[in-house]
Amino acid sequence: MALTGLDIFKQLPKTNCKDCGMSTCLAFAMALAKGSTELDLCPHVSESAKKFLDIASAPPIRSVIVGVGPNQLTLGGETVLFRHDKTFINQTAIVIKISDTLAPDELDEKIRNINGLSMKRMGQRIGVNAIAITNCSQKPETFKAVVDIVAARAKNLNLILLVENAIALEAVLPGIAAQKPLVGSATANNWQAMVALAKRYAVPLIIKGNGLNDTAALVEKVASEYKELVIDTGMRNTAKVLVALTNIRRLALKKKFRPFGFPTIAFTTAEDPNDEIIQAGVFVAKYASIVILKADEKPYVLPLLTFRMNLYTDPQKPIAVEANLYEIGAVTPESPVYVCTNFSLTYYAVEGEVLNSKIPGYIIAVDTEGTSVLTAWASGRFDAQTITDFVQKSGIAEKVSHRTLVIPGYVAVISGKLQEKSGWNVIVGPQEAVGIPAFAKAYYTKDA
Amino acid sequence: MNLDSIKEKYIGSIHTVTLGATKDQGGTRTNTVTVGGDATLPFLFFEGEQSNKAVVAIEIWDIPPTEWNSVLQDAYADVFSNPVAWAQKAVEFGADLILLRLKGGDPDLGNKTPEQLANVVKDVLAAVGVPLIVIGCGNDEKDNSIMPVIAAVAAGENLLLGMAKNDNYKSIVAAALVHNHKVLTLGTVDINMCKQLNILITELGLAAENILMDPGSCALGYGLEYTYSVMERGRLDALNGNERLAMPVVCNVGHEAWRAKEAIAPEKDFPDWGNQAKRAILWEALTATSLLQAGANIMVMRHPEAIRLFKNNVNELSA
Repeated sequence: MALTGLDIFKQLPKTNCKDCGMSTCLAFAMALAKGSTELDLCPHVSESAKKFLDIASAPPIRSVIVGVGPNQLTLGGETVLFRHDKTFINQTAIVIKISDTLAPDELDEKIRNINGLSMKRMGQRIGVNAIAITNCSQKPETFKAVVDIVAARAKNLNLILLVENAIALEAVLPGIAAQKPLVGSATANNWQAMVALAKRYAVPLIIKGNGLNDTAALVEKVASEYKELVIDTGMRNTAKVLVALTNIRRLALKKKFRPFGFPTIAFTTAEDPNDEIIQAGVFVAKYASIVILKADEKPYVLPLLTFRMNLYTDPQKPIAVEANLYEIGAVTPESPVYVCTNFSLTYYAVEGEVLNSKIPGYIIAVDTEGTSVLTAWASGRFDAQTITDFVQKSGIAEKVSHRTLVIPGYVAVISGKLQEKSGWNVIVGPQEAVGIPAFAKAYYTKDA
Repeated sequence: MNLDSIKEKYIGSIHTVTLGATKDQGGTRTNTVTVGGDATLPFLFFEGEQSNKAVVAIEIWDIPPTEWNSVLQDAYADVFSNPVAWAQKAVEFGADLILLRLKGGDPDLGNKTPEQLANVVKDVLAAVGVPLIVIGCGNDEKDNSIMPVIAAVAAGENLLLGMAKNDNYKSIVAAALVHNHKVLTLGTVDINMCKQLNILITELGLAAENILMDPGSCALGYGLEYTYSVMERGRLDALNGNERLAMPVVCNVGHEAWRAKEAIAPEKDFPDWGNQAKRAILWEALTATSLLQAGANIMVMRHPEAIRLFKNNVNELSA
């Protein structure tokens, strides 16, 4: 964090008592600054020093947990403004909103629909994270009934209770608090009652202000009592929300402005589901921890979930596709066999161009731990031996009648050795995937 | 709390570049299009100018694109075999510019001569008043023979000519220099290579203000995050004074998005993904609006509904 070892040292007893396990208080302070030990190990530190150090060493944006169990959400905890600076950490929660005024059969249908918003792409399951229920009926008992139905039927989804009436919230919480729903909103008018409830039932709370300054003032008041908070600026205009969320993130990270050191929530306003997804995309890109929307059909939700997946990919880690044998198009025993790495950009480039070539083919994506052709070759993960092993394991020999592999032009140097080790004939293909259609045409059309 | 305290102070900005030329300016366009000039990150108007909104170039071909998805066929089928009618339709759909891809020059796709292709360019110029981006067929050798002819017949029109690549940029740059056109570079989603290519081109004598760049545009789900981060880094570098990355950014989104499996795979093969037409259009639109957040200036697109969604988003965020 921002504190140096010397800043911390000033707050310690300076007795060098070694009770913390370190030889001196200075050594302990240095270890604290590095984050390699914990302040609790010092039994003699004063309360005031503890408070000071706790505050100073707290992360700039707090992590807040919603829900329980394997699908629980961690919100916030971000440390950068741009993903290339390090990585974004906790994916924006995508949440579908429903009203407690739905008729029973409509509610049933909605819940079934939202439960189905979980889909597989690129070998990964992605889905929406929660259902938000609004108290449009204004009736506490209706709200409670609907919340209980949703909780019982959408067991894999977290809950968000959008209700500003503390009485209605109080009606619901005893039965549902154990599932740790996010509740709110606490506003300038109701915050004392809402904070008391959130505290009593230990559930996270949305603080809704009116613009940045007002929101900061309200959060400051509440945060001295309760810290499991999510910020809503109250703004709904897309352009203004973009600016507000950017300012919140900047203030939290660059100025350590405490009232904004919490996760944020944004709401779509567009009526058309297409416009709504585009609007939600802006909020995912620019710093919302939660986006609440109404669009609940797969073709709308899939692109948004994919964008979130892309944005939150760790840029320091190469991404990999499953190392496997892939069939592209209507393959036959005569189809060509291309060998490449399992770095996703390599694989998808090759896949795209094999498709483009209009000559169906097999792709063997060798496990190179997600590194590209040259990197993998240089590090021994894409040499004659590893490729031979993988080709044998892949089962390609049973699928094709020929014994010819096409390897990337960049590793032409291994062709002799690969031929020798694998017993397969090896053709050196183009260096870049874009050359595959021309290559395939030259080699395979006459035989096909 | 004082908002001034978190305004970033940037010293640089993206170059302001105008494409096309009206009669007074030696061309025949009814209007020109100016992009760039951004002095901060996208849509943060409180801390810097962005006087030119992002614009849309609609992609058309000189030959019918038989492989285009049926959702695109539905929008354009009646004009696919006629680039003039196609260009006019694109303008109806709101194209600020036309991107004409001379696919028919490809030795595998008809192998049209440079002169035949030049006639298509002339016809399109005569049919519409918006500025033109003209890019080759993708075969380097062929494009090197096409571009000088295109540049010559469209002298005075202030075209944007593409694509200049790291291993093939000289002839297109020379053609642009002789006939006063702009050049579009194509990167490999690598910021250093983008920078290097821009330097190489300026060394040939083309002013940096006459270059636009496509950093290598990836579709949603297929490397979009790489493009996104290269663009964000490039924009920040430019704002911090790096002239070599201060070129307006062109994203070739239609071409990429309409190759994504999620956009084109039929619902019967992927029931998990729902209606194909809906997700295809949104796939293109969301790819575009995502890259808009990373700093795109010209979005090259295909489907009219995706274009409408993109333009709505630009307008909403610029209001």
